[in-house]
Amino acid sequence: MSTSIHVSVGQVAAALALVALAAAVSFWRKADLERDIGIAAVRSFVQLTAIGYAIKLIFEADTLWLVFALLAVMVVFGALTARRRAKKVPDAFWPLLVALAVAGASTLGLVVALGVFEATARYLVPVGGMVIGNSMTASAVALNRLGDEMADSRGRIEATLALGATAQEAAQPTVRRALRSGMITLVDSTKTTGLIFFPGTMVGMLLAGANPTDAVRLQLILLYALLGSVSIAALVATTLAYRHFFTPAQQLLDSIE
Amino acid sequence: MRGERRVLDAVSAEIPEGATAIVGPSGAGKSTLLRLLNRLADPDSGIVSYRDRPLVSYDPLELRRQVSLVPQLPALLEGTVASNVAYAARLAGKEADPKRCLRLAGLDPGFAEREVDKLSVGEQQRAMLGRALAQEPAVLLLDEPTSALDQAARDAIEATLARLRRELEISIVLVSHDPEQARRLGDWVVRIEDGRVVDAGPLAEAMA
Repeated sequence: MSTSIHVSVGQVAAALALVALAAAVSFWRKADLERDIGIAAVRSFVQLTAIGYAIKLIFEADTLWLVFALLAVMVVFGALTARRRAKKVPDAFWPLLVALAVAGASTLGLVVALGVFEATARYLVPVGGMVIGNSMTASAVALNRLGDEMADSRGRIEATLALGATAQEAAQPTVRRALRSGMITLVDSTKTTGLIFFPGTMVGMLLAGANPTDAVRLQLILLYALLGSVSIAALVATTLAYRHFFTPAQQLLDSIE
Repeated sequence: MRGERRVLDAVSAEIPEGATAIVGPSGAGKSTLLRLLNRLADPDSGIVSYRDRPLVSYDPLELRRQVSLVPQLPALLEGTVASNVAYAARLAGKEADPKRCLRLAGLDPGFAEREVDKLSVGEQQRAMLGRALAQEPAVLLLDEPTSALDQAARDAIEATLARLRRELEISIVLVSHDPEQARRLGDWVVRIEDGRVVDAGPLAEAMA
């Protein structure tokens, strides 16, 4: 599986033509996204270049402490980013932080324990990045939905609390729907993988000249790992976050609207 | 307080056993007062007591099973009417008898197996009442139980409530914007305006 290709800066610069095309489309149809497209192109270049150097250093140092430090930074930034999409959830940062940390640790722990990957920087860094990134998206979607659903279901939740149900019992249908929406995107895209789109890892490996069988197998491993991590992240995030809508006396907060 | 708005202020009133009507115009704070009575909300200051004990000394879950609140808008759980009644009974540790509860609430027992989203608003309101009765509460708190109903359905609900009081010896606290309904159903009246109690006492005195 050890393949390597060389990509020149010139090739990357040539690909910018497609960014220009995107900006042109936005300008032509007045989508007002030119500035965002520009920022996205610059940020992706700076961030990926920086992480590329960081990964190079970590690979060369080959020590697990650096790997864990990098993954911890990813978890914190992931939680901060996801929090922006979960504005209606009070104090969403901590549930998200725990969700990403648990999802990352348990998924990486499992794939190493099952012998799928070696516990080295070469595997843990890219797989950890994918796991944390996908977990971030899933938990952000789940908490975004949780915030909306809590507001929409306020009447039903209070009517259930009024019967003497606990906050957990009253929020259960809402939490279930939020969990489902966090997981459904990846479940659906996994179903259509290979038919409608080729996932990134497989494309990358094929471009790098790998054997298609190896590319497919590695992609399958990653998809299965992501299914697991995304479900853990959405579960932990929703399970911790719904409590933030209630007082200790099992009352729904007034501020939810 | 709800946000920055003071909904109730310096409310002092006694609610005896029997049937009490809390009346007042929309936005007066009636529903908020009702929510304080089963601790769906707590006052920012002051004390609410039930049977000579401050409400905060009760376990809120235990209290809500004794002092059951039926909200203004029907809000049943997904599933059948019977599953809703069984859920409420289980929370209160009672044996579920959906058909009896529905009969008490004036709903034909044949409704037990109906899905709640197939019911009219009036039927849902009765199912909510039947669900609350499954807990065998000592007090029923009813928030505008007939506001979403036409006159025939309203009369039927009022007749049901009068019958419940006779048959179950249950206390009822009813919120209404309609003074006539208070006259028909209450024997004690608390009148609220702008978050303040303007009158409280036996029907004949308070509505004089």
